[in-house]
Amino acid sequence: MTKEAIIEKLKPIVQPFVKNEEAFKNLTDTTDFITDLNINSANLVDIVLDIEEAFHIEIDNESMEKMLNVENTVAIIQKKLAAQ
Amino acid sequence: MKKRVVITGLGIVAPNGIGLEAFTHAIKNGISGIEFHPELERLKFSCQIAGTPKISEEIKRNYFSELELRSFNSSGILYGVIAALDAWKDAGLTLENNDQPDWDSGTIFGSGTSGIETFREAIYKIDAFQTRRLGSTVVAQTMASGVSAYIGGKLGLGNQVSTNSSACTTGTESILLGLERIQNGKAKRMLVGSTSDSGPYIWGGFDAMRVCTFKHNNAPENGSRPMSASASGFVPSSGAGALVLEELESALDRGAKIYAEISGGNVNSGGQRGTGTMTAPNPIAVQKCIRAALEDAGIHPNEIDAINGHLTATSKDALEIENWTQALQRKGIHFPYINSLKSMIGHGLSASGSMESVATVLQIYYGFIFPNINCEDVHPNILELIDENTIPKQMIKKSLNVVAKASFGFGDVNGCLIFKKY
Repeated sequence: MTKEAIIEKLKPIVQPFVKNEEAFKNLTDTTDFITDLNINSANLVDIVLDIEEAFHIEIDNESMEKMLNVENTVAIIQKKLAAQ
Repeated sequence: MKKRVVITGLGIVAPNGIGLEAFTHAIKNGISGIEFHPELERLKFSCQIAGTPKISEEIKRNYFSELELRSFNSSGILYGVIAALDAWKDAGLTLENNDQPDWDSGTIFGSGTSGIETFREAIYKIDAFQTRRLGSTVVAQTMASGVSAYIGGKLGLGNQVSTNSSACTTGTESILLGLERIQNGKAKRMLVGSTSDSGPYIWGGFDAMRVCTFKHNNAPENGSRPMSASASGFVPSSGAGALVLEELESALDRGAKIYAEISGGNVNSGGQRGTGTMTAPNPIAVQKCIRAALEDAGIHPNEIDAINGHLTATSKDALEIENWTQALQRKGIHFPYINSLKSMIGHGLSASGSMESVATVLQIYYGFIFPNINCEDVHPNILELIDENTIPKQMIKKSLNVVAKASFGFGDVNGCLIFKKY
Protein backbone atom coordinates (compact mmCIF):
# COMPACT_ATOMS: atom_id res chain seq x y z
CA MET A 1 0.00 0.00 0.00
CA THR A 2 1.44 3.40 -0.96
CA LYS A 3 2.07 6.09 1.59
CA GLU A 4 -0.54 8.31 -0.10
CA ALA A 5 -3.17 5.58 0.00
CA ILE A 6 -2.51 4.98 3.67
CA ILE A 7 -2.83 8.68 4.48
CA GLU A 8 -6.13 8.88 2.61
CA LYS A 9 -7.44 5.95 4.67
CA LEU A 10 -6.00 7.43 7.86
CA LYS A 11 -7.64 10.85 7.56
CA PRO A 12 -11.25 9.87 8.30
CA ILE A 13 -10.04 7.78 11.25
CA VAL A 14 -8.23 10.72 12.83
CA GLN A 15 -10.73 13.42 11.93
CA PRO A 16 -13.33 12.88 14.72
CA PHE A 17 -10.66 13.48 17.36
CA VAL A 18 -9.10 16.59 15.78
CA LYS A 19 -9.43 19.87 17.69
CA ASN A 20 -7.42 21.99 15.21
CA GLU A 21 -9.15 21.82 11.83
CA GLU A 22 -6.67 24.20 10.17
CA ALA A 23 -3.71 21.93 10.95
CA PHE A 24 -5.72 18.94 9.78
CA LYS A 25 -6.39 20.58 6.42
CA ASN A 26 -2.67 21.17 5.94
CA LEU A 27 -1.63 17.70 7.06
CA THR A 28 2.04 16.85 6.35
CA ASP A 29 4.45 14.04 7.23
CA THR A 30 5.57 15.85 10.35
CA THR A 31 2.09 16.74 11.63
CA ASP A 32 1.99 15.68 15.31
CA PHE A 33 -1.30 14.29 16.58
CA ILE A 34 -1.08 15.92 19.99
CA THR A 35 0.85 19.17 19.51
CA ASP A 36 -0.47 20.05 16.01
CA LEU A 37 -3.93 18.51 15.81
CA ASN A 38 -4.62 19.06 19.57
CA ILE A 39 -5.93 15.52 19.94
CA ASN A 40 -6.48 14.49 23.56
CA SER A 41 -3.69 12.02 24.32
CA ALA A 42 -6.22 9.62 25.89
CA ASN A 43 -7.86 9.32 22.45
CA LEU A 44 -4.70 7.93 20.79
CA VAL A 45 -5.71 4.45 21.91
CA ASP A 46 -9.06 4.89 20.16
CA ILE A 47 -7.28 5.93 16.94
CA VAL A 48 -5.01 2.89 17.14
CA LEU A 49 -8.02 0.58 17.64
CA ASP A 50 -9.71 2.10 14.58
CA ILE A 51 -6.49 1.72 12.52
CA GLU A 52 -6.28 -1.94 13.52
CA GLU A 53 -9.81 -2.50 12.30
CA ALA A 54 -9.47 -0.53 9.07
CA PHE A 55 -6.17 -2.10 8.00
CA HIS A 56 -6.75 -5.56 9.52
CA ILE A 57 -3.51 -5.43 11.47
CA GLU A 58 -2.52 -5.64 15.12
CA ILE A 59 -0.36 -2.95 16.66
CA ASP A 60 1.81 -3.90 19.64
CA ASN A 61 2.42 -1.53 22.57
CA GLU A 62 5.96 -0.62 21.49
CA SER A 63 4.78 0.42 18.01
CA MET A 64 1.85 2.32 19.47
CA GLU A 65 4.14 4.48 21.59
CA LYS A 66 5.77 5.74 18.38
CA MET A 67 2.56 6.57 16.56
CA LEU A 68 2.54 10.24 17.46
CA ASN A 69 2.87 11.78 14.00
CA VAL A 70 1.81 11.00 10.45
CA GLU A 71 5.19 9.79 9.21
CA ASN A 72 5.76 7.26 12.00
CA THR A 73 2.18 6.06 11.85
CA VAL A 74 2.37 5.41 8.11
CA ALA A 75 5.70 3.59 8.55
CA ILE A 76 4.30 1.32 11.25
CA ILE A 77 1.18 0.52 9.22
CA GLN A 78 3.38 -0.33 6.20
CA LYS A 79 5.61 -2.53 8.33
CA LYS A 80 2.65 -4.42 9.82
CA LEU A 81 1.05 -4.88 6.40
CA ALA A 82 4.31 -6.18 4.98
CA ALA A 83 4.70 -8.68 7.79
CA GLN A 84 1.40 -10.36 6.91
CA MET B 1 -24.00 33.35 60.58
CA LYS B 2 -25.10 30.86 57.92
CA LYS B 3 -25.77 32.24 54.47
CA ARG B 4 -29.29 31.94 53.08
CA VAL B 5 -29.64 29.61 50.09
CA VAL B 6 -32.22 29.72 47.32
CA ILE B 7 -33.02 27.64 44.24
CA THR B 8 -32.52 29.50 40.98
CA GLY B 9 -32.59 26.71 38.42
CA LEU B 10 -34.24 23.33 37.87
CA GLY B 11 -33.71 20.48 35.41
CA ILE B 12 -35.56 17.21 35.08
CA VAL B 13 -35.31 14.02 33.04
CA ALA B 14 -38.18 11.86 34.25
CA PRO B 15 -40.07 8.93 32.73
CA ASN B 16 -43.21 11.08 32.49
CA GLY B 17 -41.56 14.24 31.24
CA ILE B 18 -38.24 15.59 30.02
CA GLY B 19 -37.83 19.29 30.69
CA LEU B 20 -39.75 21.48 33.14
CA GLU B 21 -42.73 22.18 30.92
CA ALA B 22 -43.53 18.56 30.08
CA PHE B 23 -42.83 17.38 33.63
CA THR B 24 -44.95 20.09 35.28
CA HIS B 25 -47.84 19.25 32.96
CA ALA B 26 -47.46 15.53 33.74
CA ILE B 27 -47.40 15.83 37.51
CA LYS B 28 -50.32 18.28 37.60
CA ASN B 29 -52.41 15.85 35.57
CA GLY B 30 -51.36 12.59 37.17
CA ILE B 31 -49.73 11.24 34.01
CA SER B 32 -47.86 7.98 34.52
CA GLY B 33 -44.47 7.27 32.96
CA ILE B 34 -44.57 3.55 33.70
CA GLU B 35 -44.54 1.16 30.74
CA PHE B 36 -44.24 -2.52 29.93
CA HIS B 37 -40.65 -3.42 28.97
CA PRO B 38 -40.42 -6.39 26.54
CA GLU B 39 -36.73 -6.73 27.42
CA LEU B 40 -37.63 -7.43 31.07
CA GLU B 41 -40.10 -10.08 29.91
CA ARG B 42 -37.45 -11.68 27.67
CA LEU B 43 -35.04 -11.78 30.61
CA LYS B 44 -37.71 -13.45 32.76
CA PHE B 45 -38.05 -10.69 35.33
CA SER B 46 -40.95 -11.00 37.77
CA CYS B 47 -41.63 -7.28 37.41
CA GLN B 48 -41.75 -6.39 33.71
CA ILE B 49 -42.85 -2.78 34.06
CA ALA B 50 -40.54 0.16 34.67
CA GLY B 51 -39.92 3.86 34.12
CA THR B 52 -37.36 5.06 31.57
CA PRO B 53 -37.05 8.58 30.16
CA LYS B 54 -37.11 8.56 26.37
CA ILE B 55 -34.14 10.50 25.02
CA SER B 56 -34.05 10.85 21.23
CA GLU B 57 -30.78 10.85 19.29
CA GLU B 58 -31.53 14.46 18.42
CA ILE B 59 -31.81 15.54 22.06
CA LYS B 60 -28.59 13.66 22.88
CA ARG B 61 -26.74 15.71 20.30
CA ASN B 62 -27.81 18.96 21.94
CA TYR B 63 -25.75 17.98 24.99
CA PHE B 64 -22.96 15.70 23.72
CA SER B 65 -20.53 15.92 20.78
CA GLU B 66 -20.25 13.12 18.22
CA LEU B 67 -16.89 12.28 19.74
CA GLU B 68 -18.36 12.00 23.23
CA LEU B 69 -21.09 9.72 21.94
CA ARG B 70 -18.57 7.26 20.45
CA SER B 71 -18.82 4.05 22.52
CA PHE B 72 -21.01 5.97 24.98
CA ASN B 73 -23.50 3.73 26.77
CA SER B 74 -24.16 5.25 30.16
CA SER B 75 -27.80 6.16 30.68
CA GLY B 76 -27.12 7.64 34.13
CA ILE B 77 -24.55 10.09 32.79
CA LEU B 78 -26.84 10.90 29.86
CA TYR B 79 -29.80 11.76 32.13
CA GLY B 80 -27.62 13.58 34.67
CA VAL B 81 -25.88 15.80 32.13
CA ILE B 82 -29.17 16.76 30.44
CA ALA B 83 -30.86 17.63 33.76
CA ALA B 84 -27.80 19.50 35.04
CA LEU B 85 -27.22 21.58 31.91
CA ASP B 86 -30.94 22.39 31.72
CA ALA B 87 -30.91 23.57 35.34
CA TRP B 88 -27.84 25.72 34.67
CA LYS B 89 -29.52 27.34 31.65
CA ASP B 90 -32.79 27.73 33.59
CA ALA B 91 -30.83 29.66 36.24
CA GLY B 92 -29.77 32.09 33.52
CA LEU B 93 -26.13 31.02 33.75
CA THR B 94 -23.85 30.83 30.74
CA LEU B 95 -22.96 27.63 28.90
CA GLU B 96 -20.23 29.21 26.81
CA ASN B 97 -16.73 27.84 27.10
CA ASN B 98 -14.99 29.80 29.77
CA ASP B 99 -11.23 29.98 29.53
CA GLN B 100 -10.93 29.94 33.31
CA PRO B 101 -12.67 27.62 35.78
CA ASP B 102 -15.61 29.16 37.64
CA TRP B 103 -14.08 28.99 41.12
CA ASP B 104 -17.32 29.92 42.89
CA SER B 105 -19.45 27.14 41.35
CA GLY B 106 -19.31 23.40 41.95
CA THR B 107 -21.39 20.29 41.72
CA ILE B 108 -22.30 17.40 43.99
CA PHE B 109 -24.21 15.06 41.72
CA GLY B 110 -25.16 11.70 43.18
CA SER B 111 -25.34 8.28 41.61
CA GLY B 112 -25.86 4.68 42.69
CA THR B 113 -23.76 3.12 39.94
CA SER B 114 -22.34 4.51 36.75
CA GLY B 115 -22.40 3.23 33.19
CA ILE B 116 -23.57 -0.22 34.15
CA GLU B 117 -24.08 -1.17 30.46
CA THR B 118 -20.56 -0.02 29.62
CA PHE B 119 -19.29 -1.94 32.64
CA ARG B 120 -21.01 -5.08 31.35
CA GLU B 121 -19.48 -4.67 27.86
CA ALA B 122 -16.05 -4.13 29.42
CA ILE B 123 -16.32 -7.24 31.57
CA TYR B 124 -17.16 -9.37 28.53
CA LYS B 125 -14.15 -7.96 26.65
CA ILE B 126 -11.78 -8.47 29.57
CA ASP B 127 -12.88 -12.06 30.02
CA ALA B 128 -12.32 -12.62 26.29
CA PHE B 129 -8.71 -11.37 26.66
CA GLN B 130 -9.60 -8.11 24.84
CA THR B 131 -8.59 -5.63 27.55
CA ARG B 132 -6.46 -3.68 25.05
CA ARG B 133 -9.57 -3.07 22.97
CA LEU B 134 -11.65 -1.38 25.73
CA GLY B 135 -11.04 2.11 24.33
CA SER B 136 -10.37 5.27 26.29
CA THR B 137 -13.73 6.05 27.92
CA VAL B 138 -14.54 3.01 30.07
CA VAL B 139 -13.07 4.64 33.18
CA ALA B 140 -14.89 7.96 32.73
CA GLN B 141 -18.19 6.17 32.10
CA THR B 142 -17.97 3.62 34.90
CA MET B 143 -16.30 5.55 37.73
CA ALA B 144 -18.88 6.44 40.37
CA SER B 145 -18.12 10.13 39.86
CA GLY B 146 -18.54 9.89 36.08
CA VAL B 147 -21.66 12.06 36.08
CA SER B 148 -20.14 14.92 38.10
CA ALA B 149 -16.95 14.75 36.01
CA TYR B 150 -18.92 15.16 32.76
CA ILE B 151 -20.99 18.01 34.24
CA GLY B 152 -17.96 19.78 35.72
CA GLY B 153 -16.16 19.67 32.39
CA LYS B 154 -19.08 20.92 30.34
CA LEU B 155 -19.64 23.91 32.64
CA GLY B 156 -16.04 24.62 33.64
CA LEU B 157 -16.85 24.32 37.34
CA GLY B 158 -13.90 25.21 39.56
CA ASN B 159 -15.29 24.58 43.03
CA GLN B 160 -15.95 21.11 44.50
CA VAL B 161 -16.84 18.54 41.82
CA SER B 162 -17.95 15.30 43.44
CA THR B 163 -20.49 12.49 43.54
CA ASN B 164 -22.27 11.26 46.66
CA SER B 165 -23.91 7.88 47.05
CA SER B 166 -26.31 6.74 49.77
CA ALA B 167 -28.78 4.42 48.04
CA CYS B 168 -32.28 5.89 47.73
CA THR B 169 -31.31 8.86 49.91
CA THR B 170 -28.66 9.94 47.38
CA GLY B 171 -30.63 12.73 45.69
CA THR B 172 -31.85 14.29 48.90
CA GLU B 173 -28.38 14.06 50.41
CA SER B 174 -26.75 15.77 47.42
CA ILE B 175 -29.00 18.79 47.93
CA LEU B 176 -28.14 18.96 51.63
CA LEU B 177 -24.40 18.71 50.89
CA GLY B 178 -24.64 21.58 48.40
CA LEU B 179 -26.75 23.60 50.83
CA GLU B 180 -24.19 23.24 53.59
CA ARG B 181 -21.30 24.18 51.31
CA ILE B 182 -22.99 27.45 50.38
CA GLN B 183 -24.20 28.13 53.94
CA ASN B 184 -20.60 27.79 55.09
CA GLY B 185 -19.39 30.28 52.52
CA LYS B 186 -17.30 27.78 50.55
CA ALA B 187 -19.19 28.21 47.27
CA LYS B 188 -21.67 30.66 45.77
CA ARG B 189 -23.45 28.17 43.55
CA MET B 190 -23.76 24.40 43.75
CA LEU B 191 -25.37 22.37 41.00
CA VAL B 192 -26.86 19.46 42.94
CA GLY B 193 -29.02 16.48 42.13
CA SER B 194 -28.68 12.84 41.23
CA THR B 195 -29.11 10.28 38.50
CA SER B 196 -29.76 6.59 38.08
CA ASP B 197 -28.83 4.17 35.33
CA SER B 198 -31.69 2.48 33.54
CA GLY B 199 -32.26 -1.13 32.57
CA PRO B 200 -32.16 -4.76 33.66
CA TYR B 201 -28.64 -4.73 35.11
CA ILE B 202 -29.55 -2.06 37.66
CA TRP B 203 -33.04 -3.39 38.43
CA GLY B 204 -32.26 -7.13 38.51
CA GLY B 205 -31.06 -7.19 42.11
CA PHE B 206 -34.32 -5.66 43.33
CA ASP B 207 -36.35 -8.09 41.24
CA ALA B 208 -34.45 -10.94 42.87
CA MET B 209 -35.34 -9.59 46.32
CA ARG B 210 -39.03 -9.73 45.29
CA VAL B 211 -39.49 -6.10 46.38
CA CYS B 212 -40.87 -5.05 42.98
CA THR B 213 -44.51 -5.65 42.04
CA PHE B 214 -45.22 -8.58 39.70
CA LYS B 215 -48.99 -8.09 39.68
CA HIS B 216 -49.32 -5.29 37.15
CA ASN B 217 -47.42 -6.48 34.07
CA ASN B 218 -50.67 -6.15 32.11
CA ALA B 219 -51.55 -2.71 33.50
CA PRO B 220 -48.27 -0.79 33.85
CA GLU B 221 -49.80 2.59 34.71
CA ASN B 222 -51.62 1.09 37.68
CA GLY B 223 -48.52 -0.68 39.00
CA SER B 224 -47.01 1.94 41.29
CA ARG B 225 -49.45 2.27 44.19
CA PRO B 226 -47.99 4.14 47.17
CA MET B 227 -50.25 4.18 50.26
CA SER B 228 -52.72 1.82 48.57
CA ALA B 229 -54.16 -1.27 50.27
CA SER B 230 -53.37 -3.14 47.04
CA ALA B 231 -49.75 -1.94 46.86
CA SER B 232 -47.56 -4.94 46.14
CA GLY B 233 -44.04 -3.61 45.72
CA PHE B 234 -42.29 -0.76 43.96
CA VAL B 235 -41.87 -0.22 40.22
CA PRO B 236 -38.22 0.33 39.23
CA SER B 237 -37.44 3.52 37.43
CA SER B 238 -34.66 5.89 36.39
CA GLY B 239 -33.92 9.47 35.40
CA ALA B 240 -32.29 12.54 36.91
CA GLY B 241 -33.20 15.73 38.74
CA ALA B 242 -31.00 18.82 39.11
CA LEU B 243 -31.19 22.04 41.11
CA VAL B 244 -29.01 25.13 41.06
CA LEU B 245 -28.56 26.21 44.68
CA GLU B 246 -27.31 29.74 45.09
CA GLU B 247 -26.35 32.10 47.86
CA LEU B 248 -29.30 34.50 48.22
CA GLU B 249 -27.07 37.55 47.81
CA SER B 250 -25.61 36.23 44.55
CA ALA B 251 -29.08 35.41 43.21
CA LEU B 252 -30.35 38.91 44.05
CA ASP B 253 -27.27 40.53 42.50
CA ARG B 254 -27.90 38.66 39.26
CA GLY B 255 -31.63 39.39 39.36
CA ALA B 256 -32.19 35.66 39.05
CA LYS B 257 -35.57 33.95 39.23
CA ILE B 258 -35.99 32.43 42.70
CA TYR B 259 -38.06 29.25 42.88
CA ALA B 260 -37.89 28.74 46.64
CA GLU B 261 -35.57 28.82 49.61
CA ILE B 262 -34.03 25.79 51.26
CA SER B 263 -34.30 26.51 54.95
CA GLY B 264 -32.49 23.45 56.23
CA GLY B 265 -32.24 19.71 56.38
CA ASN B 266 -30.67 16.70 57.99
CA VAL B 267 -29.18 13.31 57.16
CA ASN B 268 -28.61 10.50 59.64
CA SER B 269 -28.62 6.73 59.99
CA GLY B 270 -30.35 4.26 62.24
CA GLY B 271 -27.07 2.37 62.46
CA GLN B 272 -28.89 -0.89 61.56
CA ARG B 273 -29.68 -1.19 65.26
CA GLY B 274 -33.03 -1.79 66.94
CA THR B 275 -35.49 -2.65 64.16
CA GLY B 276 -33.21 -1.01 61.61
CA THR B 277 -31.40 -3.34 59.17
CA MET B 278 -29.65 -3.11 55.81
CA THR B 279 -33.09 -2.88 54.19
CA ALA B 280 -35.47 -1.67 56.93
CA PRO B 281 -35.44 1.75 58.58
CA ASN B 282 -35.00 2.28 62.29
CA PRO B 283 -38.09 4.43 63.10
CA ILE B 284 -36.32 6.26 65.91
CA ALA B 285 -33.71 7.47 63.43
CA VAL B 286 -36.33 8.46 60.83
CA GLN B 287 -38.22 10.57 63.36
CA LYS B 288 -35.01 12.08 64.69
CA CYS B 289 -33.97 13.00 61.13
CA ILE B 290 -37.25 14.79 60.42
CA ARG B 291 -37.16 16.68 63.72
CA ALA B 292 -33.52 17.65 63.24
CA ALA B 293 -34.29 18.97 59.74
CA LEU B 294 -37.07 21.17 61.17
CA GLU B 295 -34.82 22.41 63.93
CA ASP B 296 -32.07 23.19 61.42
CA ALA B 297 -34.59 25.14 59.34
CA GLY B 298 -36.07 26.93 62.34
CA ILE B 299 -39.54 25.67 61.37
CA HIS B 300 -42.26 24.48 63.79
CA PRO B 301 -43.93 21.17 62.77
CA ASN B 302 -47.30 22.95 62.58
CA GLU B 303 -45.95 25.20 59.81
CA ILE B 304 -45.60 22.31 57.36
CA ASP B 305 -48.23 22.60 54.61
CA ALA B 306 -47.32 19.47 52.69
CA ILE B 307 -45.02 16.47 52.69
CA ASN B 308 -43.42 14.85 49.68
CA GLY B 309 -42.83 11.38 51.06
CA HIS B 310 -40.48 8.55 50.22
CA LEU B 311 -43.52 6.19 49.96
CA THR B 312 -42.40 3.49 47.54
CA ALA B 313 -45.55 1.29 47.45
CA THR B 314 -44.24 -1.47 49.68
CA SER B 315 -45.47 -2.65 53.06
CA LYS B 316 -43.31 0.05 54.63
CA ASP B 317 -45.60 2.94 53.57
CA ALA B 318 -47.76 2.74 56.71
CA LEU B 319 -44.63 2.75 58.88
CA GLU B 320 -43.43 5.89 57.10
CA ILE B 321 -46.75 7.64 57.75
CA GLU B 322 -46.54 6.61 61.40
CA ASN B 323 -43.02 8.06 61.59
CA TRP B 324 -44.24 11.37 60.17
CA THR B 325 -47.15 11.54 62.64
CA GLN B 326 -44.78 10.83 65.52
CA ALA B 327 -42.08 13.25 64.36
CA LEU B 328 -44.53 16.10 63.72
CA GLN B 329 -46.99 15.19 66.50
CA ARG B 330 -49.77 15.72 63.96
CA LYS B 331 -52.39 13.17 62.92
CA GLY B 332 -55.93 12.78 61.59
CA ILE B 333 -57.25 15.96 60.01
CA HIS B 334 -54.31 17.89 61.48
CA PHE B 335 -51.79 16.04 59.32
CA PRO B 336 -50.30 18.00 56.36
CA TYR B 337 -51.12 17.05 52.77
CA ILE B 338 -48.92 14.17 51.64
CA ASN B 339 -48.06 12.86 48.18
CA SER B 340 -45.68 10.49 46.43
CA LEU B 341 -44.25 11.17 42.99
CA LYS B 342 -43.51 7.45 42.77
CA SER B 343 -47.19 6.84 41.97
CA MET B 344 -46.49 8.38 38.56
CA ILE B 345 -42.85 7.57 37.83
CA GLY B 346 -42.02 4.61 40.07
CA HIS B 347 -38.92 4.43 42.22
CA GLY B 348 -35.99 6.18 40.59
CA LEU B 349 -33.57 4.70 43.18
CA SER B 350 -30.53 7.01 43.45
CA ALA B 351 -32.36 9.57 41.27
CA SER B 352 -35.57 9.51 43.30
CA GLY B 353 -34.70 12.16 45.90
CA SER B 354 -33.69 14.76 43.34
CA MET B 355 -36.55 14.13 40.89
CA GLU B 356 -38.98 14.34 43.82
CA SER B 357 -37.33 17.50 45.12
CA VAL B 358 -37.74 19.15 41.71
CA ALA B 359 -41.46 18.27 41.88
CA THR B 360 -41.62 19.67 45.43
CA VAL B 361 -40.07 22.98 44.39
CA LEU B 362 -42.42 23.27 41.39
CA GLN B 363 -45.37 22.82 43.77
CA ILE B 364 -44.17 25.73 45.89
CA TYR B 365 -43.39 27.98 42.93
CA TYR B 366 -46.64 27.39 41.06
CA GLY B 367 -48.90 26.81 44.10
CA PHE B 368 -50.30 23.30 43.65
CA ILE B 369 -50.19 19.84 45.18
CA PHE B 370 -49.83 17.09 42.60
CA PRO B 371 -52.22 14.13 42.87
CA ASN B 372 -51.43 10.66 44.16
CA ILE B 373 -52.55 8.26 41.46
CA ASN B 374 -53.39 4.60 42.11
CA CYS B 375 -54.47 5.03 45.71
CA GLU B 376 -58.24 5.04 45.42
CA ASP B 377 -58.03 2.28 48.08
CA VAL B 378 -55.93 3.88 50.83
CA HIS B 379 -54.39 1.30 53.15
CA PRO B 380 -56.52 0.91 56.32
CA ASN B 381 -53.43 1.12 58.54
CA ILE B 382 -52.73 4.55 57.06
CA LEU B 383 -56.33 5.71 57.58
CA GLU B 384 -55.98 4.87 61.26
CA LEU B 385 -53.25 7.52 61.40
CA ILE B 386 -54.28 10.32 59.04
CA ASP B 387 -57.45 11.65 57.45
CA GLU B 388 -58.09 10.52 53.88
CA ASN B 389 -58.45 14.15 52.74
CA THR B 390 -54.75 14.70 53.44
CA ILE B 391 -53.97 12.31 50.56
CA PRO B 392 -54.99 14.24 47.41
CA LYS B 393 -56.16 12.11 44.49
CA GLN B 394 -56.75 15.14 42.28
CA MET B 395 -54.46 18.13 41.94
CA ILE B 396 -55.14 20.81 44.55
CA LYS B 397 -54.43 24.45 43.76
CA LYS B 398 -52.99 25.92 46.92
CA SER B 399 -50.34 28.38 47.98
CA LEU B 400 -47.70 26.44 49.93
CA ASN B 401 -45.33 28.04 52.38
CA VAL B 402 -43.36 25.09 53.78
CA VAL B 403 -42.94 21.62 52.28
CA ALA B 404 -40.88 18.78 53.74
CA LYS B 405 -39.21 16.18 51.53
CA ALA B 406 -37.70 12.98 52.88
CA SER B 407 -35.91 9.96 51.42
CA PHE B 408 -34.86 6.72 53.09
CA GLY B 409 -32.39 4.19 51.75
CA PHE B 410 -30.67 0.82 52.09
CA GLY B 411 -28.05 0.96 54.80
CA ASP B 412 -30.66 2.46 57.16
CA VAL B 413 -29.90 5.99 55.94
CA ASN B 414 -32.30 8.93 56.05
CA GLY B 415 -32.48 12.42 54.58
CA CYS B 416 -34.97 15.26 55.06
CA LEU B 417 -35.11 18.72 53.49
CA ILE B 418 -37.29 21.73 54.31
CA PHE B 419 -38.26 23.90 51.32
CA LYS B 420 -39.87 27.28 51.87
CA LYS B 421 -41.58 29.83 49.66
CA TYR B 422 -39.32 32.82 49.01
